[in-house]
Amino acid sequence: MPITIETLDDSTCVSIDGELTIYTVAELAGELLPRMSGAPRLMLDLSQVTEMDGAGLQLLAVIQREADSAGTALSVTGQSVAVTQALELCRKAAS
Amino acid sequence: MSINLDQALQTFIVEAHELLQVMEQSLLQLETEPADQDAIGAIFRAAHTIKGSAGLFGLNPVVSFTHIVEDVLDRLRDGSVAVDSRLIAVLLKCGDHMLELINVVASRGEPLQPAALEREAALREALSTYQAPHHTPDTGAQHTEAGAADRANAPAEVLWHISLRFGVDVFRNGMDPLSFLRYLETLGQITQVTTLTDSIPALDSWDPESCYLGFEIELRSTASHATLNEVFDFVRDDCDVHIDAIDEASDSAVSIGSELVAQAEQGPLTASVQRLPAASEPKTRDGNYVRVNADKLDELINLVGELVIASAGASLLARSCNNDPLQEATSTVSGLVEEILDGALHLRMIPIGDTFNRFRRVVRDISQELGKDIELTISGAETELDKTVVEKIGDPLMHLLRNAMDHGIESADARRAAGKAGKGHLSLNAYHDSGSIVIEIADDGNGLNRERILEKAQERGLVASGAVLSDQEIYNLIFEPGFSTAEAVTNLSGRGVGMDVVKRNITLLRGTVDLDSRPGQGTVVRIRLPLTLAIINGFLVGIDTSTYVIPLDMVQECIELDEHQRQSSREKGYLDLRGEVLPLVDLREHFSHEGSAGRRQNVVVVRYAEHKAGLVVDDLLGEFQTVIKPLGKLFGALRGISGSTILGSGAVALILDVPALLNQIVQLEARTPQAPYSPTVVAR
Repeated sequence: MPITIETLDDSTCVSIDGELTIYTVAELAGELLPRMSGAPRLMLDLSQVTEMDGAGLQLLAVIQREADSAGTALSVTGQSVAVTQALELCRKAAS
Repeated sequence: MSINLDQALQTFIVEAHELLQVMEQSLLQLETEPADQDAIGAIFRAAHTIKGSAGLFGLNPVVSFTHIVEDVLDRLRDGSVAVDSRLIAVLLKCGDHMLELINVVASRGEPLQPAALEREAALREALSTYQAPHHTPDTGAQHTEAGAADRANAPAEVLWHISLRFGVDVFRNGMDPLSFLRYLETLGQITQVTTLTDSIPALDSWDPESCYLGFEIELRSTASHATLNEVFDFVRDDCDVHIDAIDEASDSAVSIGSELVAQAEQGPLTASVQRLPAASEPKTRDGNYVRVNADKLDELINLVGELVIASAGASLLARSCNNDPLQEATSTVSGLVEEILDGALHLRMIPIGDTFNRFRRVVRDISQELGKDIELTISGAETELDKTVVEKIGDPLMHLLRNAMDHGIESADARRAAGKAGKGHLSLNAYHDSGSIVIEIADDGNGLNRERILEKAQERGLVASGAVLSDQEIYNLIFEPGFSTAEAVTNLSGRGVGMDVVKRNITLLRGTVDLDSRPGQGTVVRIRLPLTLAIINGFLVGIDTSTYVIPLDMVQECIELDEHQRQSSREKGYLDLRGEVLPLVDLREHFSHEGSAGRRQNVVVVRYAEHKAGLVVDDLLGEFQTVIKPLGKLFGALRGISGSTILGSGAVALILDVPALLNQIVQLEARTPQAPYSPTVVAR
């Protein structure tokens, strides 16, 4: 199971284990997105992500957008090297 | 990124080979016409494309070396370096080295051998003299760091703005937008990326496997517009790309190499205008071709061959059924099958020009090695013949060319002394002639020394002393095994291995070779090859109950032999064909068929090269698409028969090897000097 979702009090903890790529996004999105509504706090643990591509990036962008619109407080509790690199690549600000 | 890289890499290797070929040809073209801008452009494009594609696959050794070559070529193109023979020699060697790089690094994924690295260092050294002066110190750095070479060496860095909008199917097509960003990073320095997620639709209509991403990228790079454009070749169809140069004049304070800014303003912009049409040119040409594995083609032709046999069987059955509509239907089918056969065979036909063009380089190198000035003229390059034949004829041709250059054409001094131009001429010509293709290799050298050959032949016991031989026969002695008249054994030829191998190779292709020479004026070697190896149009003839196939291309006409002519021809061995002497061969006798000849006999007039003869047979059975089946080893020594085929009835028919048959008869007659007619039986 690439994804574990635990609900503690008012916060939902989600940790993704394995790839965050085109091969897994459909499953992840199916598991994750329905649980988001109603949870006041969402903790995203990306420390076990082994690989991330454009599709994974898009999923994170959607999660962020949905969280914003629902007023959910989103926090990323950990990120692996793969995630950091991918995010750096597409978030480079003017140096 | 999950593009099937293996396959893409194979395509790259094939393309690179073709490009290097183009590069070599253009270089040779440039050597004869130093002002040819098209040739310079073609060379530059070849190197440029190889570098670009190699970069996509991360083949750094290829990229770093090609980059220097491209750099020099770029200077050649804008006229800051002039074309001279030394530069061309260096560039030709660079082409060879690039080929080696691609074969070793790209095909086998191995690093270069030390010897090759040494060669590369020497070439880099040679190239560096042609590079712009202030780049020379950089070459040291390039040796070590491939990626840096792009930045360190190029004339100017430009700030590019790339606007990317990926299509919804990008993920499904196996692309990852991030990998393009990563690749751009290798081309230059990405200063800013903005990821656009605005177009991701609302949650209920969002499909996680569709791509809605967009990027705005600012890239500082020396790469040209065309290079950047090529990066997106894979996704061009489902992606919206805009690449613009940002005018840096306004913020030149940020500039990295301040002395280069002046160049940056115009240089790359004009360059990008020039390069764009260049990049699109080969694309349109490629669109007309489909690459097919040769094995698949062979399989198809094999099947078509079986189809031909099967359809012959079907029409035979139909004929015996007395059913008109059925006969009509089978004849339509046969007609179509014949067309398919023609079409399938045509697929295998390729012009011989590519093989010929390869020799330009060979001629150039060898003539330099020998210190002779030799020019190669090629004609009939568009003549088409079977792929297998083209592949196998390369070596014999190479050998003949070397021979012509080494022994045939004299040194410039000797030529002038003989009253000829100092420059030697060598010509390669190809044309179709009665169902075969003829390749001529002609030189204007000294010609063959008739006496020397004869002397040598007698010394080796190839010819009985006192035998009278025609010039032609003497010249053809050089195709005998172990024959060489060269006084000095050179690097190239003269060891006496060769001409017999040439002849054997050509014979294996069912071809023949002969030679014509005029003292002091030159030598012509003529190779005659069948158009295809698999299927021929045959003409069926019957003797007794056996059937033989004569290749239709060699059949000139058929005439009936009446009683009166039979008598006289049997006595004389020839026939009066409209005033011409036509030697006759009685196949019934030749193949030792028992029984007496039929009441009526026919003569099939066959022609091969300049020989003409009549074959006496019992019946004429008409045309037949013949699929050649080789004879077993047991019959290997059989002369006069080149193969067998299966008839519609299932019976086996032997295919006559007309050239061998004619030769056999000529020899046979030559051995009986008392023959009442001239020793050259075969009419010219």
